[in-house]
Amino acid sequence: MVVGMTLSTFLQQLINGLSLGSLYALIAIGYTMVYGILKLINFAHGDIFMMAAYFAYFGISVFFLPWYVTFIITILLTMLLGAGIERMAYRPLREAPKTSLLISAIGVSFLLENLATYLFSGKPQAFPEFPVMTTPIFVGGLSIQPVSIVIPIVAFFLMTVLLFIINKTKVGMAMRAVSVDYDTAKLMGIKIDNVISSTFAIGSGLAAVGALLWCMKYPSVLPLMGVVPGLKCFIAAVIGGIGNVKGAVLGGLILGFSEVLMVAFFPSLTGYRDAVAFIILIIILLFLPNGILGKKQVEKV
Amino acid sequence: MKNTQNSLGAYLKKHWKTVVFLVLVLIGIGIADQFVNSFMRRLLNLSAIYTIVALSMNLVNGFTGQFSLGQAGFMAIGAYTVAIFTVPVGLRSTIFYLAPMAPLLANIQLPFVVALILGGFLSAGVAFLIGSPCLRLRGDYLAIATLGFSEIIRIIFTNTQTITNGALGIKSIPTINSLWWTFGIALIVIIACFLLINSSYGRAFKSVREDEIAAEAMGVSLFKTKMTAFLISAFFTGIGGGLYAALLGTVDPKQFYFTLTYNFLLIIVLGGMGSISGTIIASFVVTLGQEALRFLDEPMAFGLDLPIFRPGLRMVVFSFLLMVVVLFYRKGLMGTNELTWNFIINKYRSIKSRFTKKAASAQGGDSK
Repeated sequence: MVVGMTLSTFLQQLINGLSLGSLYALIAIGYTMVYGILKLINFAHGDIFMMAAYFAYFGISVFFLPWYVTFIITILLTMLLGAGIERMAYRPLREAPKTSLLISAIGVSFLLENLATYLFSGKPQAFPEFPVMTTPIFVGGLSIQPVSIVIPIVAFFLMTVLLFIINKTKVGMAMRAVSVDYDTAKLMGIKIDNVISSTFAIGSGLAAVGALLWCMKYPSVLPLMGVVPGLKCFIAAVIGGIGNVKGAVLGGLILGFSEVLMVAFFPSLTGYRDAVAFIILIIILLFLPNGILGKKQVEKV
Repeated sequence: MKNTQNSLGAYLKKHWKTVVFLVLVLIGIGIADQFVNSFMRRLLNLSAIYTIVALSMNLVNGFTGQFSLGQAGFMAIGAYTVAIFTVPVGLRSTIFYLAPMAPLLANIQLPFVVALILGGFLSAGVAFLIGSPCLRLRGDYLAIATLGFSEIIRIIFTNTQTITNGALGIKSIPTINSLWWTFGIALIVIIACFLLINSSYGRAFKSVREDEIAAEAMGVSLFKTKMTAFLISAFFTGIGGGLYAALLGTVDPKQFYFTLTYNFLLIIVLGGMGSISGTIIASFVVTLGQEALRFLDEPMAFGLDLPIFRPGLRMVVFSFLLMVVVLFYRKGLMGTNELTWNFIINKYRSIKSRFTKKAASAQGGDSK
């Protein structure tokens, strides 16, 4: 199996792994930020990602808006959706036992999936194509889709911005404070609700960008498209050390690379592609329960 | 000998209402078994299976306070075990027409009960594998790992063509027809859960739910307790899955999509996390309700062409219901209470007193 692998195909797989990993990282950040603050697995995050894909699909294919307008509207709508979900489904349960919060998150996820199936039908819709992005270019014997290069660039740009927000701005400081100690932060006069809303908005915005890039690479939109990426990205966040933004990025990249390389090296295992993440999860939980970057990092959000 | 008779007599005297109730239930099942039509029979069977699975989910999620979302996966293991081992050997070559069944399994046929129990044990075995890393950590990881597991199981069953026939699934499973299989096993599971919850194990489960640190300080081994609940739950769920396969007569990986688990989550949340009787009631309400609301999926529900009614609406209503229950009636029907005779009598009295009070206050208002 490995015999047919030349250096150039290997490089090609590395680029594929990098772009998939960056996508995972973008979505994983949303999980890790919410978990850092609320200690909640936001099961709806994958479905927020899915809704973003539908927003973009409707913007371009149904309302014929130019792509840049659509992208901006999509990101804003998704941020609103994320913050709205927090307001409707999580805020009333602030004082409730954690199980209720978790069930509420699952309920939102279930509701979004069913609503999408009901409103947009369960059939996959074709996402508009971006030939500039998908026509392969040839560089030194490699055929590369420009989108595979654009994804990591956009992703790392956004992550830098995010780290700047978290470390240097006032709202970022508030986020860090809430994540370190919820009650004390409240006593210090931080408006917890606003901080949590902005956390959800930022996480959802990143998921929206992830969805846009995802759909350029895999141009098909369907109601359950967020489930598997959602699960994997949560796992990515756990691998890197949940609550830690850099950890989420690292975990996303690890997942992306291992998935792509497994399929490349062992084509006979292609059917098990989606199982890789869960196997890595079990191994990580056995040996490094706090994830790779663990809790030593101060950069909890 | 006399002593046991005496204690049995005392037991009967103390719990005669429960015994009478159980006998009435058994008679009721017997009558229903004779007279219901095949549609209703299927629904009742399904309700009983849902009771088994939901109850075993409640054992972990409600009573022990852990959060497992692997019900669909454990059911799949039980269902496939029954499917693989009970399909008549002669029919197998026609079912496995894409790739022949693995020679190791091809000629083994087991009686239904043996396959059912084997399914339960296999599912418990897998639960052990998942539980040993996850149950040592905080509850959240269990949720994601079990959800992931139920996805993996589906992927595995889709890919192991020679064992599970892949995406085509297995057909011609000998079906069960009478109500006694499902209701009999459901009764056994209910009684087993009841005895378990009221034993020292059950108290350990609840102590872990209420406060892990305090429980550990009192000498309860957290890992062992959680593992016990998780294994028992997986065992019963596997059996529920086996019954499910035998009820439908066919299994394929798509049936065990993780959204199946959400059905059971709705049931235990509605019935009350930590209430056996609540779970039983909710299982029947949800299963029958899902059938009753089927008109929502039909465009011509009221003889008019209303664009609101189309496939998918029923599930929207159900997920909405789950949200409403979680947000506004967090305790569900029963909370952590049980539907005992005292509970009913107290409820009756409180309702009655509320009415008499109202009447009294109304009178008082008049006199002023």
